[in-house]
Amino acid sequence: MIKFDIQNLKLYYGDYQALKGIDLAIEEREITAFIGPSGCGKSTLLKSLNRMNDLVEGCRVVGKVLLDGEDIYGALDVTELRRRVGMVFQKPNPFPMSVYDNIAFGPRTHGITQKHKLDEIVETTLKNAAIWDELKDRLKKSAIALSGGQQQRLCIARALAVQPEVLLMDEPTSALDPISTGKIEELILDLKRRYSIVIVTHNMQQATRISDKTAFFLLGEVVEFDETENLFSAPRDKRTEDYITGRFG
Amino acid sequence: MKSRQRTKRKPLDLALAAVTYIAAGLTVAILLLLIGYVVIQGVPNLKLSMFSPRYTSENVSAFPAIVTTVELTLLSLIIAVPLGVCTAIYLTEYARRGNRVVGLIRITAETLSGIPSIVYGLFGMLFFVTALGWGFSLIAGALTLAIMILPLIMRTTEEALLSVPDSYREGSFGLGAGRLRTVFRIVLPAAVPGILSGVILAIGRIVGETAALIYTAGTAAEMPTLTGSARTLAVHMYTLSSEGLHTGEAYATAVILLVLVVGINALAAFSAKKLTRA
Amino acid sequence: MKTATREKLVSAVFLAVALTSVAAVALICVFLFASGIPAVGEIGVFRFLLGREWSPTDVPPVFGILPMILGSLYVTAGAILFGVPVGVLTSVFMARMCRPRLYRVIKPALDLLAGIPSIVYGFFGLMVLVPLTREIFGGTGKSIFTASLLLGIMILPTIIGVSESALRSVPQSYYEGALALGASHTRAVYFTVLPAAKSGIFAGVILGIGRAIGETMAVIMVAGNQARAPTGVFKGVRTLTANIVMEMGYSEGLHREALIATGVVLFVFILIINVSFSLVKRRSKQ
Repeated sequence: MIKFDIQNLKLYYGDYQALKGIDLAIEEREITAFIGPSGCGKSTLLKSLNRMNDLVEGCRVVGKVLLDGEDIYGALDVTELRRRVGMVFQKPNPFPMSVYDNIAFGPRTHGITQKHKLDEIVETTLKNAAIWDELKDRLKKSAIALSGGQQQRLCIARALAVQPEVLLMDEPTSALDPISTGKIEELILDLKRRYSIVIVTHNMQQATRISDKTAFFLLGEVVEFDETENLFSAPRDKRTEDYITGRFG
Repeated sequence: MKSRQRTKRKPLDLALAAVTYIAAGLTVAILLLLIGYVVIQGVPNLKLSMFSPRYTSENVSAFPAIVTTVELTLLSLIIAVPLGVCTAIYLTEYARRGNRVVGLIRITAETLSGIPSIVYGLFGMLFFVTALGWGFSLIAGALTLAIMILPLIMRTTEEALLSVPDSYREGSFGLGAGRLRTVFRIVLPAAVPGILSGVILAIGRIVGETAALIYTAGTAAEMPTLTGSARTLAVHMYTLSSEGLHTGEAYATAVILLVLVVGINALAAFSAKKLTRA
Repeated sequence: MKTATREKLVSAVFLAVALTSVAAVALICVFLFASGIPAVGEIGVFRFLLGREWSPTDVPPVFGILPMILGSLYVTAGAILFGVPVGVLTSVFMARMCRPRLYRVIKPALDLLAGIPSIVYGFFGLMVLVPLTREIFGGTGKSIFTASLLLGIMILPTIIGVSESALRSVPQSYYEGALALGASHTRAVYFTVLPAAKSGIFAGVILGIGRAIGETMAVIMVAGNQARAPTGVFKGVRTLTANIVMEMGYSEGLHREALIATGVVLFVFILIINVSFSLVKRRSKQ
């Protein structure tokens, strides 16, 4: 099943063209990794999948992105889109409020107000994010006081709380130490059973460890897109080979 | 500053250092003289009769003036804070960059912040008191002061909003929250300490204001009503000192005002400290 | 597109509120000018602005505000003469010569100086500076000199605050570069850091001028307020602001409008100062 069908997507920041006609199909319940040097457009594409680029002034999109066959730049309401397509950011960004309120923010946004329902959502999402045991006694404490790794898992839990179908992750471990990174990778692999995941990463080992498919980006284009194993063991394009063997980037 | 050499001090260096220290010393000395003088002259004049609930020409009670000060401050804030905060929200969260209206709003705010209080007083008198026919009244004074403190509230709120990290906004938008919800649930709460310090500064301006009030709220010494004339502590002190009959009471009122200012500044410093810690 | 429509609506509401300040400035201009300009027309622009006599109760009344314009200018110039050197030097001390422990005491003290109501300054001037001036220089003590001194004190916090932040924003490399060339601390501060902060300090001075020219309550208590062209530094003087406050209470008809026109003149002065302030600020940013 194809979750996201990206068709000839072009994206401009003012006069600058950041994406030059991307065609990509992202499968359901798989982990798709975007790799490539800085400024290659991988984060830009990720952000255009839940229209976070709308916030950038002068940003213009041409082409189609279909989510389950529906154009997300068409009639689909952006609020609903972002509920279905959650996002985790490069730096953990918990809100300056309690752990509980962080998780409950999304559900409350989408109209859930009953206390017992919220309690239930908070518990199940924290369990899903494998952080319940660490946080169950600190639900009313500020999320800012948590460690970086805990904050990032909280942010993943926060994204899960609105029951999304897709999870977009923009270099989610780049600000974390190896141990926290390991925990998050474990979590991502576990989440694959229920969600489609797209992850941008600078770390090629990370891509090989967790992703099913990998797309290599260069200068706003997808150079190569394949099963992760194939892409790293037998790249078809010279540029991909140069990049993964560390000749540039 | 270990680099202060002791060797090779040339005369010019010494002279410059000397005038610098003298100037700084002079500034501090002036402050000490001012406060010391007011306190020494004022404290012995603080009498219980100054706080009797009713003003008579004998006790010249400051109590109605204290009540007026509090009411006028609250009224002005109730009017100006929502306006100022919403304007700042528009400027930082809604307006697109390079928007002409934004430029216009900024220019007018800068103009407002430069207008002397007597001009505000004149305007308040012409507009609220005369044109709208409200007469000298607490509400006319409050509206005049509200316009006066508007740019201050705006500027401090804007700074506070700008200092809220964009990652909070992204996080909220990423969860599907709209702009309004993001602003009121995430951005504004994070900016509260900064907004508060602006409000405290505004309180300081209101408490110390005289010229903008004499011809808007008037100088009546009785307990305030919304549509009646009333005097704040600062105006009370002005009338006492210009009448020249109650110098002692004027000194005592100055002490009360000083205490208020010290309290307001301490509050502002406290909230600023909270701001930097967050 | 439900969300987008709602967002647009909300944005429009915020914009409407944001236009309050524009409306306020417009109202202020309209009311001041509508009440003041006709009076100027009736009196005559030159007779009003350059008239040397202000006798509103004479028959026929004479409305010349030149003495008050000069009064405001003299008093402001005096305030600058006193306040700028002391203020700028103090800001150098605060930014570059002060130990952190001392700074933590002086900074709140300066904030306090900024927060003291002008009426308290005025009263202090009346009770301390006026007798002092009378003792030392003779006359009544209420004079250009006294008002200048008091205003100079009042604009200190403004000048110190703006200058200090200008000095602090000078890159440390300037200072270090001067030290590396063998300059002493004092020399490095005065010959490299201070010149680099020049336009920021100038902006502070302009802001101080604005405060001084607009100050009312403190000035009327120490300036004497005689509505005639001042003849000496130790003679009494009346400023534009004082003219308004002194007579507004009992004025009627043309007299009252002439006072409002005095406000208009003051307002125009302030606008000029504001514009030059933002010009200087813009240049210091570049």
